[in-house]
Amino acid sequence: MGLETALGDGYMTSKIDSLVNWARSNAAWPMPMGLACCAIEMMAFAGPKYDASRFGSEVMRFSPRQSDVMIVAGWVNYKMAHAIRRIWDQMPDPKWCIAMGACASTGGMHRCYGVVQGCDNFLPVDTYVSGCPPRPDALLHALMKIQDKIRTEHSVMLDT
Amino acid sequence: MPLELNEYLQKVIDRLTERYADSIIDVYQSSGDTFVRIAPEANVDICRYLRNEHHFIYLVDVFGTDRFTSEDRFEVIYNLISLRDRQRIFLKVWLPEENPAIESVTSLWNSANWFERQTYDMFGIRFTNHPDMRRIYMPEDFEYFPLRKEFPLLGIPGSIELPSTTPDIE
Amino acid sequence: MPTKSIKDKVKPTFFKEHQEKLYQALEDKHTTVEIMKDKDPLGTEMILNMGPQHPATHGVLRLTLQLNGEIIEKAKLDVGYLHRGVEKIAENKTYQEFMPYTDRMDYLSPYSNNVALCTAVEKIANVEVPERAHYIRMIGCELARISSHLLWLGTLVMDAGAVSFFIWTFREREKLYDIFDQLTGHRFTVSHARIGGVANDITDTAMAMIKDFANEFPKEITDWHKLLDRNRIFFDRNEGVGVLKTEEALEKGAAGPTLRGSGYAYDMRTFAPYARYDEVEFEVPTRLEGDNLARYYCRMEEMHESIHIIQQCLDKLPKGPVRTDNAKQAYPSKDEVYYSMEGMIHDFMMTDTGICPPEGAEAYHAVEAPKGELGYFIQSDGTGHPWRMKIKAPSFANLQILEYILDGEMVADTVVIIGGVDPVMGECDK
Repeated sequence: MGLETALGDGYMTSKIDSLVNWARSNAAWPMPMGLACCAIEMMAFAGPKYDASRFGSEVMRFSPRQSDVMIVAGWVNYKMAHAIRRIWDQMPDPKWCIAMGACASTGGMHRCYGVVQGCDNFLPVDTYVSGCPPRPDALLHALMKIQDKIRTEHSVMLDT
Repeated sequence: MPLELNEYLQKVIDRLTERYADSIIDVYQSSGDTFVRIAPEANVDICRYLRNEHHFIYLVDVFGTDRFTSEDRFEVIYNLISLRDRQRIFLKVWLPEENPAIESVTSLWNSANWFERQTYDMFGIRFTNHPDMRRIYMPEDFEYFPLRKEFPLLGIPGSIELPSTTPDIE
Repeated sequence: MPTKSIKDKVKPTFFKEHQEKLYQALEDKHTTVEIMKDKDPLGTEMILNMGPQHPATHGVLRLTLQLNGEIIEKAKLDVGYLHRGVEKIAENKTYQEFMPYTDRMDYLSPYSNNVALCTAVEKIANVEVPERAHYIRMIGCELARISSHLLWLGTLVMDAGAVSFFIWTFREREKLYDIFDQLTGHRFTVSHARIGGVANDITDTAMAMIKDFANEFPKEITDWHKLLDRNRIFFDRNEGVGVLKTEEALEKGAAGPTLRGSGYAYDMRTFAPYARYDEVEFEVPTRLEGDNLARYYCRMEEMHESIHIIQQCLDKLPKGPVRTDNAKQAYPSKDEVYYSMEGMIHDFMMTDTGICPPEGAEAYHAVEAPKGELGYFIQSDGTGHPWRMKIKAPSFANLQILEYILDGEMVADTVVIIGGVDPVMGECDK
């Protein structure tokens, strides 16, 4: 307080945590793991009407090394689960995961031998979006929840 | 039961029955589609005859069925189309439960390649002289045949593995 | 070629046997392209894995390519990364309960899949569908065809380089989503068609929206024609690329626009017309060259023909019920369910047991989905659940030909060829 009055106009003080979190939450680049029908709604979420880039998800980076949020869109097969886990391991920290749709969250309507009943069996999921497929607004809501989660994180640690 | 076939199919069935009389077991119609049940040994010959003489040049599908009877458990069905005469015909073959095997028709139509691989993957029916007899949907490590009636819908626990959640330290 | 066995070169971390067999099959594959046999001083030979997760493979498709520099010597596809066992699920559900699963198979044009299942069940159980329902189904199918071709166009041109095209086609698709929302209640996995008709009638707002769309859409497309039809870059990327010769197309099993781009005018709407397609006039676009450009032209012209069909259907739409009245075959209307005892009982019986085709009956019916001939083969055992339901997916047949047409092409054209063939993995992998 005293520092701000001494500095005058044009200066503000904050915690480094808040600054880092503000930057991270407003630039959460998604890594679209678009598998099935939810991928089409994810494309619509990035499309002109429900624009995701105004929320900071400017580019859908298909490379895991350059992305922050992985959106698992569609049902996960046992054969595909290994590939998804490998891609998740390649993403650098900090990373978050959105399970989009009923199939990615719990297996959805596909209760059978081929489908993993929820991608949280092998991935640490942060947000689940219900719907089959969820409307792009629902996915935007999930993205906003992830942004809230990022803003409350304790990101900068002194003795790592 | 008398069949009500149009003239093209009637001609095909007549010629087929007179040429391959001992291989044709049954001809019947169901819901407007014509089915011909043939002996397993003659499937390539009959298919070649239909393709060359009656212009059934388009193989639409090859698939299997599990009849779940004690005799002749499995069934392989061929779906053929004649573009010139605009007709469709189905050929059926019944196969026994132990070691179901039949000759592949990939020498006649290349499209049978993946169709037969899918039938093998789902039912375990082997196709001899197939260029690439591997599973197509399930990984090769999978030991069961999913569409058989005794395979449970939810799968057998432990038959296919999930990835490990602790990343490898290399 | 190195003399080490395949097991020394490939060290997979999961599904060892599967990966080893796949690479062994790639090595054993016979190819028409001349393989480099002498020593390889520059190390230009390699095996490239375009893995299941890839921006341009239209879903989860895996390609293993043996390359010599930039030229593909051999290609092998690995599908099954989206396999669910839908045919096994079908054996445990009634025919109407299975309707949402059909939506999720070819998820770009869900209405056609619904109509495919309905027509197959109506054939096996001998159900009559009222006239108005036929026309509504036709309108829905053609709108779904336009929707699927729009996505194909957007992703093909985006893969060829013009990224903003994707946004334009999605803007049109949003208009189609609004129409479907008004007509059926859902944006795209609609499940609108019911056995014996359709779920509900077209309201006046939906009719007005469809009329507006049918009038506005050709004007939008003229802009795109101006951009692409004489574009040097588009031609260079698509002409002569991925040629499927006319003599081979039928034998290799192509379906839909891929087959029509190679010369065969085979369209289920003219081969075995269903749902009053014999009362509307339309043409089946066909080309002879068999390359990617031919498939592009076929699909663009199909969009124009779809608009023409929709306009004719809107003119000819008769008045009447939208579902058959028979209690054993179709759901009663909601008014009857809420206000009469018999209606409630019929609704309960239809949900519980469903429609029961005769025992031992078998039927096959195919419709013209945007990707090709989508056929349902149903074997019935007399109960409300099918004994066997086999779905003939056009993308499965179309992906097979990729193994033939990729040999000899450049690696950079792979993406455009996959875009031209337009597979949908949900349908291919069932």
